[in-house]
Amino acid sequence: MENDQDKIINNVTSGEYKYGFHSDIEIDSIPKGLNEDVIRNISLRKEEPEWLLEYRLEAFRHWQTMTIPQWANLKIPDIDFQDIIYYAAPKKKQGGSQHANSIDPELKKTFEKLGIPLEEQNHLAGVAVDAVMDSVSVKTTFKEILAEEGIIFSSFSDAVKEYPDLVRRYLGTVVPHTDNFFAALNSAVFSDGSFCYIPKGVRCPMELSTYFRINAANTGQFERTLLIADEESYVSYLEGCTAPMRDENQLHAAIVEIIVENNAEVKYSTVQNWYPGDKEGKGGIFNFVTKRGLCRGENSKISWTQVETGSSITWKYPSCILKGDNSTGEFYSVAVTNNYQQADTGTKMIHIGRNTKSTIVSKGISAGHAQNSYRGLVRVLKKASGSRNFSQCDSLLLGDKCGAHTFPYIEVDNQTSIVEHEATTSKIGEDQIFYCNQRGISTEDAIGLIVNGYAREILNKLPMEFAVEAQKLLQISLEGSVG
Amino acid sequence: MLIISNLKAAINEKNILKGVSLEVKAGEIHAIMGPNGSGKSTLAAVIAGRDLARITEGTVTFMGKNLLEMTPEERARQGLFLGFQYPIEIPGVSMMNFMKTAVNEQRKYKGLDPLSASDFLKIMREKKELVGIDSKLTNRSVNEGFSGGEKKKNEIFQMAMLEPKLAILDETDSGLDIDALRIVANGVNKLKTPDSSVIVITHYQRLLDFIIPDVVHVLYDGRIVRTAGKELALELEDKGYDWIRKEIETSGLS
Repeated sequence: MENDQDKIINNVTSGEYKYGFHSDIEIDSIPKGLNEDVIRNISLRKEEPEWLLEYRLEAFRHWQTMTIPQWANLKIPDIDFQDIIYYAAPKKKQGGSQHANSIDPELKKTFEKLGIPLEEQNHLAGVAVDAVMDSVSVKTTFKEILAEEGIIFSSFSDAVKEYPDLVRRYLGTVVPHTDNFFAALNSAVFSDGSFCYIPKGVRCPMELSTYFRINAANTGQFERTLLIADEESYVSYLEGCTAPMRDENQLHAAIVEIIVENNAEVKYSTVQNWYPGDKEGKGGIFNFVTKRGLCRGENSKISWTQVETGSSITWKYPSCILKGDNSTGEFYSVAVTNNYQQADTGTKMIHIGRNTKSTIVSKGISAGHAQNSYRGLVRVLKKASGSRNFSQCDSLLLGDKCGAHTFPYIEVDNQTSIVEHEATTSKIGEDQIFYCNQRGISTEDAIGLIVNGYAREILNKLPMEFAVEAQKLLQISLEGSVG
Repeated sequence: MLIISNLKAAINEKNILKGVSLEVKAGEIHAIMGPNGSGKSTLAAVIAGRDLARITEGTVTFMGKNLLEMTPEERARQGLFLGFQYPIEIPGVSMMNFMKTAVNEQRKYKGLDPLSASDFLKIMREKKELVGIDSKLTNRSVNEGFSGGEKKKNEIFQMAMLEPKLAILDETDSGLDIDALRIVANGVNKLKTPDSSVIVITHYQRLLDFIIPDVVHVLYDGRIVRTAGKELALELEDKGYDWIRKEIETSGLS
């Protein structure tokens, strides 16, 4: 029995990261370090208007008064913020702009290797992609087709140039620069990300997606995404991310803000696969992300779905502020931690409007020596009468050296609201594995099957094309050679 | 097909199997009977490769190969099937996906291409009809929320899908009412080919009214103490296991 246990642990802890390659691309970067000059330099390179520079500087000044939050169930090593490069971009080819049709072949090759072709005709039908490498967006597909519907889908930097008023009106309205340490840092140094605006009454005809790739060494990635769904509109949005294998840790601190107006709906899906570090816990991405959506309008809806398999540290709580009456927030999450990965992830559902509804389904899977925590807040304010929440937090343990933790916070100030919370913890049983073995299924495949079964409820929420990918990813994250 | 020779196995240093010898030839149905705690389920588990008991002595040969050297999945792919006494639930994994994976693993092992979705569905439909199980069962998660009878029928359905050379049915009759017992037994009989063999492990004789064995063994205290034709089962039913116990004690075997 002992032996079996060891074998299982061994299997799941020797999986390989398949996106760990580095592309040899000429980089235009600024020196390491962080101060006001660096911020001015970033702003200058991005040819930003004065107000945005001021926004950055204000955030930076505020950040300097803050310290790294310590409340999460994470062991965060000291991060030297002066030892990070805050801007690195693939060098533009002579005379060509980044978004010209003649995209650098090396870049194209990189994204092709990642399964993200940048040629529209080759792409998955019905998915538009904004591809971001390090600090800049290198290509946004289907921009023109989307524009015919009045949809704006572009890199954040382009949006600042082309739609400064829209950006200015919404930037920082959901996640203010004072929100938390990493949000302040991002607001000071953010580089690129996606901007999306769906006009009134438009149902976005294709999936929108952003693919984030860290390539340059010693560089932090600080993307910024802003998504606005005007009245009666709908969009489904997906982000994916990977990074090369390196012994040093790299910092990723992003902000995603979503604003949803009356009767509009945003479905936001994430497949996070940053480099998780090696078997001994060396290297990997530190992933500190602030994601928040505001259901501003009545009957508005935000649905977060995340599949988190990467990063050595994940600190992330995609949240919904349910301000509009009858608005709905959903959070569906699968978080896998293996080897020495640590994740402290969950959500916040803030019920402000009447008859607001929220659903939380979180599935943690922990293997190796990893620690996996769910942390969630459900707050029902005084005026949110008739509100409802349902939370379900399940943890699955593989082996006996890992940990699963659940930290639910519930604050209800309204008598007519109903809040439910369920939690379970289970282990993959040896009897389940043996049952599969006896039907001719190897232990490795059995674990994949069982884990995918466990996560199925969440995977079903993803857009079709990505559900298949995510399913494979779960398997890969936990796969290894059977000894 | 299967030759077990002087097999001894221990769980936590306690000897459970104390020298079992048995030969099952192609086409035969054997019944292994015995009182609770005699080692029946341990024997089934050891043959299937479950890492519960430590084998201290003896050999097991399956189709001319050393079975004890193979992993459980290799044994399964070679055509060994165990019908579980307590089938395991796997939440979220559909029966269809589970069986497709299992069938295609077996095909891969034989050097065959995986079945197409439509071929697989066709075979599944046929087998469901053959063993008479409810169509809805295969749309549900593996054994999840199945009644005791449904679980046992599901074992027989899996046996039908995998077409084993040797099926060991470990107390498949336990917890079944007479109708379910009949369905399960009919399934087994229909699946029986002239080349395949079955070992029925049971406490009671009643299953053997439906699955007629060629040979009946009595396992008692880790040893096979008696082997005879199907009439042995009736004798046991009539006289009870005490009869065996007394005989052994007087013969000084134990």
